[in-house]
Amino acid sequence: MPVKYHIHTTTVPNRFQPITRSGVIAWEEGCLKCARCVKKDCVYKVYEKRGLDPRQMLDSLDSMCKDCFRCVQNCPNRLIQKGLNPTYKVLGDHYWTPEIISGLWFQAETGRIPVSGAGYGGSFSGPGFDAMWTDMSEIVRPTRDGIHGREYISTTVDLGRKVINLAFDAEGKIISPTPPLIEIPLPVIFDLLPWSPSRERITKVLLEGAKKLGTLAVVPETEWAYEMEPYLNEIILYLNNNPDHLDSTLLKGLRMVEIPDGENVIVQQKRLKERKPELVIAIRLCLNPKASERVLQLAGDGAEVIHLWADEYGLEQGDKPLFIKERLKEIHLSLVEAGIRDQITLIAGGGIAMAEHMAKLIICGADAVTVDIPLLVAMECRVCRRCKEGIACPVELDMVDPEWGSSRIRNLMAGWYNQLLEILGAMGLREVRRLRGEMGRAMFFEDLEKEIFAPMGKKGYVNG
Amino acid sequence: MANDVNTFVFPEVMRTPTRFRHSLSKYRITINKSCNNCGLCVELCPYGVYSIGLKRPKSSNDHLCLGFPCGSNEFYCVGRCPQKAINININPAFEILGDRRWSADLLASTWHMAETGKIPHQDLNYKTGNSGGGFDKLRFVYQERDIPDGPDDEISTAIELNRSGDSRPKVTIPIPLYLGGMSFGSVSIVTMLSRVRAAQALGTFCCTGEGGYPDELKPYDDHIITQVATGLFGVREETIKRVRIVEFKYAQGAKPGLGGHLLGDKVTPKVAEMREAVAGSALFSPFPFHSVYSVEDHKKHVDWIKEINPRALVSVKVSTPTDVDMVTVGSFYAGAHIVQLDGSYGGTGAAPDIAKKNIAMPIEYALPKVHRFLLEEGIRDKITIIASGGIRTAYDMAKAIAMGADGVCLGTADLVALECIRCHHCESGRGCARGIATTDDELTSLMELEWGTQRIINMYEAWRHQIIYILKRLGMKSVTELVGRFDVLVHLDYVKQEEIEGEFE
Repeated sequence: MPVKYHIHTTTVPNRFQPITRSGVIAWEEGCLKCARCVKKDCVYKVYEKRGLDPRQMLDSLDSMCKDCFRCVQNCPNRLIQKGLNPTYKVLGDHYWTPEIISGLWFQAETGRIPVSGAGYGGSFSGPGFDAMWTDMSEIVRPTRDGIHGREYISTTVDLGRKVINLAFDAEGKIISPTPPLIEIPLPVIFDLLPWSPSRERITKVLLEGAKKLGTLAVVPETEWAYEMEPYLNEIILYLNNNPDHLDSTLLKGLRMVEIPDGENVIVQQKRLKERKPELVIAIRLCLNPKASERVLQLAGDGAEVIHLWADEYGLEQGDKPLFIKERLKEIHLSLVEAGIRDQITLIAGGGIAMAEHMAKLIICGADAVTVDIPLLVAMECRVCRRCKEGIACPVELDMVDPEWGSSRIRNLMAGWYNQLLEILGAMGLREVRRLRGEMGRAMFFEDLEKEIFAPMGKKGYVNG
Repeated sequence: MANDVNTFVFPEVMRTPTRFRHSLSKYRITINKSCNNCGLCVELCPYGVYSIGLKRPKSSNDHLCLGFPCGSNEFYCVGRCPQKAINININPAFEILGDRRWSADLLASTWHMAETGKIPHQDLNYKTGNSGGGFDKLRFVYQERDIPDGPDDEISTAIELNRSGDSRPKVTIPIPLYLGGMSFGSVSIVTMLSRVRAAQALGTFCCTGEGGYPDELKPYDDHIITQVATGLFGVREETIKRVRIVEFKYAQGAKPGLGGHLLGDKVTPKVAEMREAVAGSALFSPFPFHSVYSVEDHKKHVDWIKEINPRALVSVKVSTPTDVDMVTVGSFYAGAHIVQLDGSYGGTGAAPDIAKKNIAMPIEYALPKVHRFLLEEGIRDKITIIASGGIRTAYDMAKAIAMGADGVCLGTADLVALECIRCHHCESGRGCARGIATTDDELTSLMELEWGTQRIINMYEAWRHQIIYILKRLGMKSVTELVGRFDVLVHLDYVKQEEIEGEFE
């Protein structure tokens, strides 16, 4: 049995004070100067521990308060109030919500998974990934206890073309081709960033993060620099120019490249293979209404890995774009139908913002997922997108220390890893490879609504 | 000491205001300096918002204020104040209270019911939250516009928990609800006893949870459900023999499919003794029962309890996977009297957020599935279905019953009655800052037993009146008539008010 994969984490403090949901407002005027002020009774000692950050001129009071409201309710003259922080409200956007962003910050800082008491407080369901639930095993099926380390759950996936059956010659030697495979211990790959401030340091952070985790990061050929040589193992070089022009020495050191889909893509793949047979080649394909057809064709023509991507909101190209999970389900099922699903690897991403999105996209048919924006958020990005306009980054992402940044990314991914184990454990799965395409072990909003609620109150509806 | 539901006398409601200096209110009233202390507002307000003050009246009860909708009343203080000194504003803190499921309105109305035993008269939605689906989008359809009169005591809210027809005792509870398990260690002893004593007063039950059976609960044995969970903590022959209902916890909605983990520093000597474990060392509650991987194993478990306690009913608590209907049928054949379906959105204890939100289905889907399946199997009337996990209000309770439950099981609502604010920090530091979910002595002392007991009684008395109201509007005499009546419900996404006859509520 291979060594058990485990991500060691340590707390990596924020550089900037996090933006919190609510703030404390305490007036001095009208204070009765009680012998025992309610501020002294704070269970979390917030008023004693508070400090002012000279750089940001921010009081730490707000970020330490846990909203128990005792001081608010007990101050005799009602001089303490709590109010919604307007800056929090406008963090991110409709998709990258303040809750998602602050959850990612927490994980990047602590390496822990978000845990809370008192039940779930969110919407019943929602668009995209919020319109499905995952299964659990009860009574008649085994489960796995991966979180407490007593049963090992593997999160390893293989990237490459897989051989379904082997052919041997008379002497028992394998004669069928054995295409190269890359094994990564976590089904997550770092993708090209949709936007960011100057990438010099950021790319270094991503590569160092990938190294700490044992995974890969997509780096555009245009950004390649010789300082990156120590990270050749972690790089998927994205060749958006003619792959024939790729420097041979560089090619020699690479494990994996990615080429954009196009008319000659299979020929290009073949030519690269001729130059380096052990190279794993992914074909990058933007999701669109015809993606399923195209994937079938590519898989039939011998593609090894197809990287399907959507925009940062998980939407494909087109007038009425489908959400990534819907298109992926279609692609996965069409490959299953054609009997060739197991031969190729599907990587997919775009809009992956939480650990649960990773698990759900795998259920909908991806072998591995790609992440982008969460890697920036791990480094305190506020998803303000000012960098897109050329405005300076409020959290100075272009200046991050690679060790600090990569440790934050490691922490975030440790949180995601452990959450993936929770999902797998509850379903009784021993490895993430078995989660792929397990749509029968998921529950979809549209199916349940159609079965349960839609018929209620309609003519001819019978009880029970 | 079994209750005869026909002669059962429901406990008295007694006004039990907040244990903090001020309530958290939706509106805040301020009286400015131009006030000449004429006292008109004190006189006018029928809800007792004001009390007499030295310089000017105090708006110490502004949680009872009707707010802006009061504007049309002739007693509207803001309009009537000769000095125009009164201002009413939305309390800014109200905006950060609560969440989508438990909106600030729901919290405040639950506090109101726990204080007064009555439905809120204020501008508060006490029927639904803001989650955008499930219970919050379901409405009852009333056919008669007039509210049928007739005394409340003509309407029965009692349910029978043993429908199996076996030789074990009948156990009838006068209200269609009991209180779910919260273990000693997860909540304070005052919280635990408040719930148990309220259950006794209401003629129903309260479950111990997994942390053992503290001696303090002994006087209430007849109203206790003791839990056998996967860690078997504190489970002894003697505790099983004491009670009328024993509950097997196979899974819980808060973390379906996952085990529990009590951190070492929470295992105090008292907790350790109760759980028959070593103080200071972490305790794992595994998932699942490693002795049960089939319905046959499951039956062996049920038989074991039945053998030890020949008068006990057996309840099986399960969560809501895709095959929840099969699980329920399996439990029936294993010999369970009660199956408790614990939906995925509820729970009180600390759990990973990813599990609470994503694993297993909401109770609103599970109930109709199970009800239909049991009907098809011809065994629906042989088993009692209890719904839990996300039931916040009397309306949720009634909807759950209409979707196929016989009754419901509550947890979070009790905590809110005890002034839980749902800050979700139950587990951090010394535990709950409001003294509910903690074992810290100083924090535990923030709450008194009489206060806690009465708050819970008040809330459920208010619920009882609401379900009676709903039954009357539906023309029913007993809550048992409501079970599985999907036809009295509509979902607002699929049916518009103008499309069908009847009034939506």
